[in-house]
Amino acid sequence: MKKKETAVLLSQEKIGPGIYDMWIETSLAKEAEPGQFLCVYPRDKSTLLPRPISICQVAEALKADGRNTEAGSAERRGRDGRGALRLVYRVAGKGTAEFSGYLAGEPVEVMGPLGNGFPLEAGRGRKVFLMGGGIGIPPILELARRLEAHKQIIVGYRDSNLFLAEDLEKQGELYVATEDGSAGTRGNVMDAIAANGLDAEVIYACGPMPMLRAIKRYAESKGIPAYISLEEHMACGVGACLGCVVKTVEKDAHSHVNNARICTEGPVFEAKDVEI
Amino acid sequence: MLHTTVNIAGVELKNPVMTASGTFGSGMEYSEFVDLNRLGAVVTKGVANVPWPGNPTPRVAEVYGGMLNAIGLQNPGIEVFCERDLPFLEQFDTKIIVNVCGKTVEDYVEVVERLGDCSSVALLEINVSCPNVKEGAIAFGQRAEALYGITEELKKHARQPLVMKLSPNVTDIGEMARAAEAAGADALSLINTITGMKIDIHRRTFALANRTGGLSGPAIKPVAVRMVYQAAQAVKIPIIGMGGIANGEDAVEFLLAGATAVSVGAMNFANPYATVEVVEGIEAYMRQYGVQDVKELIGAVR
Repeated sequence: MKKKETAVLLSQEKIGPGIYDMWIETSLAKEAEPGQFLCVYPRDKSTLLPRPISICQVAEALKADGRNTEAGSAERRGRDGRGALRLVYRVAGKGTAEFSGYLAGEPVEVMGPLGNGFPLEAGRGRKVFLMGGGIGIPPILELARRLEAHKQIIVGYRDSNLFLAEDLEKQGELYVATEDGSAGTRGNVMDAIAANGLDAEVIYACGPMPMLRAIKRYAESKGIPAYISLEEHMACGVGACLGCVVKTVEKDAHSHVNNARICTEGPVFEAKDVEI
Repeated sequence: MLHTTVNIAGVELKNPVMTASGTFGSGMEYSEFVDLNRLGAVVTKGVANVPWPGNPTPRVAEVYGGMLNAIGLQNPGIEVFCERDLPFLEQFDTKIIVNVCGKTVEDYVEVVERLGDCSSVALLEINVSCPNVKEGAIAFGQRAEALYGITEELKKHARQPLVMKLSPNVTDIGEMARAAEAAGADALSLINTITGMKIDIHRRTFALANRTGGLSGPAIKPVAVRMVYQAAQAVKIPIIGMGGIANGEDAVEFLLAGATAVSVGAMNFANPYATVEVVEGIEAYMRQYGVQDVKELIGAVR
């Protein structure tokens, strides 16, 4: 069940150029799945629309006797309360700039959890690629935490600021690509697959559109499924406004035209079903 | 005891608050957040005779105090609407107003006649003011003769009362309001969005794929209040006022300007509870000022 509520900021730190790592205490953690997102509402009344931000990590509320996480961490404090969600985002405009200034204890207006999330059953027990590019990396972390599979995590960065890499390497084999060659394979995630001679039976990915197009082509050439998380400018976040659509190969069951709502039928689609 | 009912063309609404077409789907999405039974009416997304795919993306862009949209009236067509969306809305104790769009007069007639068989539909709102489709819609809404013509024609085919939704992108809103009234319109709704544009200076491109879009949100409220006032001065038929309404105080401003009812549009996106908060806000205003009947507010400022 989707809802809007006032979360509480537990912690926030800058982990890269313009990239922030925020934990919020919120009951939305109870139902959050990997690949889903939240709408976060700026306080600045000149901004009308919420900002869609993907869920990076989920810490469900624990019963009183279940405290086994690192003492004092935001994750632990969230678990002691309503549960907590981690949002890692890039400052892209005045809304996200406002969020980046929030301090521990401040209220954060959120709605969610929204969207469908990654289909875990498709990759369970299989050899998989979990691929993230740039600010598309954060949702890959919770996916990696929840998916039981032979996980090859392939992430692409601009340079040697490898945000979230420490968290990711605990979840599987980590392969890094950087555009400037300062760490891992020089180039992008596709170059990292080639350089390391990797293969998979199922792909999950989130990242910029050129990366997702390359993954769609790669998956089609290998005859394997790829589940890609898309983004588009959104207004309502709940499927009412029809702002954030993607062209679909078949007629969509809800819209009855070749358009699906990214916020509702997505954000995760099987690559073969969408025209990107 | 506060009296909050209002009457639009013989249809009694439990309160003057409804949704603005296109911002609330067919009610299903927001029913997770608000009790639709609390609303005077739900106005649906525009529906055409056949499914429409709408415009390319990006379809929405935020601007200062508002947003631009160029959805292009994507809709699943009247058959799906009648089989899926209408039965959903019929579960609630609220009036159903269906927004009708088309490319030609014949398209509108087809939808209006189909809805004539649907007894649960209380009113038809005719969209002759969408700025984001190339054919139909606004082509009928920017010249008084064209508006008169389509209104007169649809009145011949409609079983339910007709609400003509007017465009603000005209020189004289009073002239348009009079043309619709003279042709037999039972009520008016205004304003639709104001044509606008946003340029992304970093990418040096248009923010919307459609280049232009319709501006909505608090940024347009003073324009909307002015036009509702002018239309109310020009005609005797009731007016549904809208444009940037966020709370009860905004709604009262439209009532005082001459609106009989109000619609909440883009603010649903900023606050999914906005519609019910407007209902409660109007009641709070009435208690604060000792207003027994909301109808006392309609057109009270002249």
